[in-house]
Amino acid sequence: MSGSTTRMTMIEAIRTAHDLAMERDDKVVVFGEDVGYFGGVFRCTAGLQKKYGSHRCFDAPINESGIVGAAIGMSTYGLKPVVEIQFADYVYPAYDQIVSEAARMRHRSGGQFTCPMVIRMPTGGGIFGGQTHSQSPEALFTHVSGLKVVVPSSPYDAKGLLLSAIDDPDPVIFLEPKRLYNGPFDGHHDRPVTPWKNHPLGEVPDGYETIPLGKAAIRREGSEVTILAYGTMVYVAEAAAKETGIDAEIIDLRTLLPLDIEAITESVKKTGRCVVIHEATRTSGFGAELSATVQEACFYHLEAPVLRVTGWDTPYPHAQEWAYFPGPDRVGRALREVMED
Amino acid sequence: MAPRKQSGSTSRKTTRGSTATKSGLEGGITDFSKDQELDSYREMLLIRRFEEKAGQLYGMGFIGGFCHLYIGQEAVVVGMQMALKPGDEVITGYRDHGHMLATGMEARGVMAELTGRRGGYSKGKGGSMHMFSKEKHFYGGHGIVGAQVSLGTGLAFANRYRENDNVSLTYFGDGAANQGQVYESFNMAALWKLPVVYIIENNRYAMGTSTARASAQADFSLRGKSFGIPGYQVDGMDVRAVHAAGMEAVEHCRSGKGPLILEMLTYRYRGHSMSDPAKYRSKDEVQKMRSERDPIEQVKARILEKKYASEDELKQVDKKIRDIVADSADFAQSDPEPDVSELYTDILL
Repeated sequence: MSGSTTRMTMIEAIRTAHDLAMERDDKVVVFGEDVGYFGGVFRCTAGLQKKYGSHRCFDAPINESGIVGAAIGMSTYGLKPVVEIQFADYVYPAYDQIVSEAARMRHRSGGQFTCPMVIRMPTGGGIFGGQTHSQSPEALFTHVSGLKVVVPSSPYDAKGLLLSAIDDPDPVIFLEPKRLYNGPFDGHHDRPVTPWKNHPLGEVPDGYETIPLGKAAIRREGSEVTILAYGTMVYVAEAAAKETGIDAEIIDLRTLLPLDIEAITESVKKTGRCVVIHEATRTSGFGAELSATVQEACFYHLEAPVLRVTGWDTPYPHAQEWAYFPGPDRVGRALREVMED
Repeated sequence: MAPRKQSGSTSRKTTRGSTATKSGLEGGITDFSKDQELDSYREMLLIRRFEEKAGQLYGMGFIGGFCHLYIGQEAVVVGMQMALKPGDEVITGYRDHGHMLATGMEARGVMAELTGRRGGYSKGKGGSMHMFSKEKHFYGGHGIVGAQVSLGTGLAFANRYRENDNVSLTYFGDGAANQGQVYESFNMAALWKLPVVYIIENNRYAMGTSTARASAQADFSLRGKSFGIPGYQVDGMDVRAVHAAGMEAVEHCRSGKGPLILEMLTYRYRGHSMSDPAKYRSKDEVQKMRSERDPIEQVKARILEKKYASEDELKQVDKKIRDIVADSADFAQSDPEPDVSELYTDILL
C-alpha cells in the first residue's frame, strides 16, 4: 500500500470505485433504476452522470430482466456494464438471464464470448425492510456455476473488490450489505453504530488499488475456534468473540466464489473447531457448503461438529426483526456450545 | 418535466353543473349526487388523515423500514371503489394504505400492521406493503414492483372459471408498467378475455425517475394497444372523472368484453418513501398541484358551493375522521408485538 487515503463510508467507497473505473476505461457503463439522474437509492452512483454524461451513467426503467439481459448483450460485445439492482430482493425477474445467459456464455460459446459485467445489489437485513427489502440471496448465485460472488464488509474492501470485479472477465454478483453502508453494525441494534470514520477499515486508499477476488481476510486471530463469516456477520462475530471471551479466529470470506479454501483449512486445522454464520436462511444456505467443505478438508482435525448460526427458515419478518437476525447472543451460544466438546 | 397530456382537465376543473355529453371513458363527467359528493369527501379525507398520521408515527419511530404514502392520489382509489360491487377484487402494489381503507378495511388493523403489532391485518408479519383482507376481497399489498399485475390477471381468470361476474381491479404505477410481466399479463388477459381493469396510477415518478426518463411511450393508456386492449386516460385528480370512467370500465369487463386499461393521471405529494429527498422535482411543481388540483379541495369546493354541507358540518366530518385515525394510532402503539413464536407460524415446515 502506498499513497494517500481518505476516510469514507461504504457508499462513498463504492461511488469512488465506479468513478475510478469509469475514468480509467470508457468501456465501463453504469446503469439501473434511479441510478443516473437521482444517483441511486443509496446514493452509490451520485454524481457519476454529471461527470461522465448520460451515455455512460443512466437510468433504466423498472425491468430487472431487461437491465441484466441488456448488460449481458453489452458485455459480450466488449463493454463492461456495472448494473445496480435496487435491492437484492428485486433480482428474481432477472434470475433467468443471470443463470441461463450470463453464467453460461463462456462455456457454451467455447470461450469465444465472456460476460465482463458486475451486478451490484444491496443485501441483508437490519433496516426493518421486511420480506422484500431484507433478503440475503447469495446461495441462489453460489449454486450456479459460472458466476463469481463477492460480499464486501467494509469501505476498504468494497472499493478494492469492486474494482477487481469490474476488471474481471466474467460476471460478478456483488452483494453489498446495506446495514454496513454507514457503519460496522455488530447486531446490537439498541446501541449507536460506530461510523466508518472511526473504524480503521473506513480508511480507503485514494488510488486504483484492487483487492483480488478469492482471497479471504483474517479479521481476528485466535486459537480456539474458527468463525467463517461475511458481510454484516463479520462484526457480529467480533462482538460475540469479545462478549464470550472465547479466542475465536474470525475469517471474513469476502468472496464466496471463488472460495478461499486454503485460508479456511489453515485456520480450522489450527483451531480444531468451526462455526459458520450468515444472515440468510439455513436450509441449503451457503453455510451448508462451508460446513461440508470444512468437514471434507479438516475432518481429522475437528474436535467438535461444525455448527451453523443463520437466519431462521422463514420469510424475513416485519415485526420481530431482531428475533430473526442472528445477533451476537446467538453466535455466542454457538461458540460456547462448540467449545464444550 | 414536460406537461402531461390531460385531455380537457383544465376545463373539467372549472365545470359547474355540467351534463355529460361524452362517455366516462372519453373524459365525460357526470355530476355527483349530494351523497356521492359527501361520501367521496369522507373517504378521501380518511385516507389523507390516515396517511398524515402514518407519516407522523414514522417520524416518531413507531413505524420502521418502508412506508409509502398515498397523499395526492386519493381520488383514484375512491372513485374506482365507488364503481365496484361487492365481490370485485382489488390488488395493488406497495403504496397500498389508501386501497385498503377504500375497500373498507379498518384503520386500526392497517395502522397496527404498519407498526408490526398483533392486531395488524397480517398479524404484524407483513408490514406496510403486505396486507390482505379476504373479507374485503383485497388481495394485497405487494412489495415487488409489478408483481401483482400477473396475480390480478389470475384473479380475473378465477372469476371467469367460476362463472361469476366479478371484476379484478389491478392497480400498478407508471414505474411498474415497464416490467416485462405486465405485458405477459396483458397478452393472456386479452387472449382469454379476462375481466380485469388494469389501473395505471401515473403519478409521474417511479421513485426518483420521471416517466420521461424511463418510458419510451409515456401515454400509458396505449400500452395495451398491440394486444387489442382498449385504454383511456383519466383525470385522476377528479373523483367524478375516475368514477365515470370506472363505471364504464367495470361494466365493459363484467359484460365479457375482456380487459381494459385506465391510465389515471395523478400525483403524489410526498416522497416515494419516507427517506426520499425528492430532489428530482421542484417544490413549485408540488405546490402547484396541491393548490390547483387537489382532489379533496375540489370536492369540498363543490359541496360548499352547492350547499350540500356547511363549513361547520365539514369540520364535524373532519373531526370524526381525526378521531378514527387517532384511535387507530393509539391502538397501533399500544397493541402488543406478535410473540416470537409467531416467526414459525404461517410457514411450511
